[in-house]
Amino acid sequence: MTTDTAQQAQHGLTEHSHGAGAPDHGGSAFDTVASFDVADHVVPRGREEEWRFTPMARLRGLHDDAPLDGHDYEVSVDADPKVVVETVEATDPRRGSSGYVPNDRVSARAWAEADKVLAITIPADVVTTKPTIVRLRGLSAEKAAAGHVVITAERFSQSVVVLEHEGSAAFADNVEIVTHDGARLTLVSLQDWADDAVHLSHHHVSVGRDAVIKHVVVSFGGDLVRTSVTLDYAAPGGDAELLGLYFADSGQHLEKRLFVDHNQPNCRSNVLYKGALQGAKAHTVWIGNVLIRPAAEGISTYELNRNLVLTDGARADSVPNLEIETGEIEGAGHASATGRFDDEQLFYLMARGIPADEARRLVVHGFFTELINKIGVPEIAERLIATVERELALGEGLPAAATTH
Amino acid sequence: MSTLEIRDLHVSVETESGPKEILRGVDLTVNSGQTHAIMGPNGSGKSTLAYSLAGHPKYTVTSGEVLLDGEDVLAMTVDERARAGLFLAMQYPVEVPGVSVSNFLRTAKTAVDGEAPKLRTWVKDVKQAMDQLAIADDFAERDLNTGFSGGEKKRHEILQLELLNPKFAVLDETDSGLDIDALRVVSDGVNRFAANGDKGVLLITHYTRILRYIKPDFVHVFVGGRVAEEGGSELAEKLEEKGYVDYVGTPA
Repeated sequence: MTTDTAQQAQHGLTEHSHGAGAPDHGGSAFDTVASFDVADHVVPRGREEEWRFTPMARLRGLHDDAPLDGHDYEVSVDADPKVVVETVEATDPRRGSSGYVPNDRVSARAWAEADKVLAITIPADVVTTKPTIVRLRGLSAEKAAAGHVVITAERFSQSVVVLEHEGSAAFADNVEIVTHDGARLTLVSLQDWADDAVHLSHHHVSVGRDAVIKHVVVSFGGDLVRTSVTLDYAAPGGDAELLGLYFADSGQHLEKRLFVDHNQPNCRSNVLYKGALQGAKAHTVWIGNVLIRPAAEGISTYELNRNLVLTDGARADSVPNLEIETGEIEGAGHASATGRFDDEQLFYLMARGIPADEARRLVVHGFFTELINKIGVPEIAERLIATVERELALGEGLPAAATTH
Repeated sequence: MSTLEIRDLHVSVETESGPKEILRGVDLTVNSGQTHAIMGPNGSGKSTLAYSLAGHPKYTVTSGEVLLDGEDVLAMTVDERARAGLFLAMQYPVEVPGVSVSNFLRTAKTAVDGEAPKLRTWVKDVKQAMDQLAIADDFAERDLNTGFSGGEKKRHEILQLELLNPKFAVLDETDSGLDIDALRVVSDGVNRFAANGDKGVLLITHYTRILRYIKPDFVHVFVGGRVAEEGGSELAEKLEEKGYVDYVGTPA
């Protein structure tokens, strides 16, 4: 989708047309190579389905064989007193407890190279009063580094965990999020990197019986940030809300990939990702894959991606894919829209006397505020709104996107 | 006294097969203190008239004029029309996620009055207007029209009407989709507005039902993009009995 046309796609069902080039398991088009062995993952060249939007030359070799032994970063932790935050060896049994097996070369490399694991555990029945915030500050993008985080929300715990990333880095990591029976967890990954940072991150979420996970990705800074979130269910009754907010400026590449695997009955998933773009060669990519397996009876799923193109010269790609292998479900749907702000919204506000520029500002702010309100973490809401304000101020001198009607 | 004059108004919309004329010469004058009902079958151009008065970009005025106390309304932008004293209660209010009702109301009031309302009286005024329309307090913190029921949207339109207090209100099928209790609440709101004196109401409706609660001084039957017949409230009674069959040939 290009910047000067508003496009809408709204279906209950779409045919998948994206053969992954992976071995045929007789199953889904979403199948990919899954292996801990780096050698099983060939070096991607950019023609592969999973990499076709990514500017490979800007990956700093993370996808190839650039050493991942850098340690030019600092980690600080501000945890709720009831939450256990530890740095453990790679042999710790919590690593791999989500059931995740790396599904691309970068993820497999990060798995192999990360020598320590940051383990965050919310013990059973604990209800926290404040968010646990882990801040990773990169000091240099010279040497690439690998990371591994495992967050375990034990039975009936209730908590908020925020992973913040800032500074300069070339960073590849895996984040495992495991929710046990009845746990409620909000996990926010915030990428507020400096302009030269490259970050390739893989999150895998395992949703326990009747567990409720709110998983949030917020990307502002960085030269290239690519997040891949995969999610499956360990038992029936799980509820997943996947939220994303991203704002790409001139030259930035922000790529958001999702794969929700409905492999259990009576679960729910709801995806809402909203992005804004401004400036020449700002590029965002959103790929939302949802698979409903034969076992997943009685589930409901919906995914929605909205992109707000604020200036000409930016490009937003948005590809929702839904593959349904059982008809015995409550509901499944997706929608994607990319364009300038909504003219009907502007008309409504102006019809109440609000001048055009102020109406536009209200609509654009509302676009972000809606999502920030859904994140529901007041401790970071103010800061996110302030960052959005800063981003919008950067774009004020740029020519606005052409009108569409 | 204020006057809203519509003279020989022609309006068309862009379609795939070129421009299509919807309004074919509308003449109508509303003075303050009067309530005019515009009634007509589906597709007669009633809503086009409403949106054209408000300045919706989808509609192109090809000829004619609209004057508010002699001022050329058609030369004004959408927001200028609202600030000049025109208010359109929309049939399908637009959802604006992330903008709270209270923020929206305050911003609109500030724009229309040219200055921010005094905080203490404003909070009281909003509360009172919401109570009168049987709107719950938490409504103010919800996102504008987002996830509102049909009835909530219509009450919210009338809430704005009462708070913004324009010279002329154009109500576009405000009665559609309302149950009888909501219809009464909304009608009471319109009557309170009209009772402020010096206010004009242009009530667009398909059904006569709302006219039991809001008494029109004049009734205009709208067919094929123009006024086909005019009269007093007795005309509404005739429509109640016979429908639009005399005008369009078939029951509508």
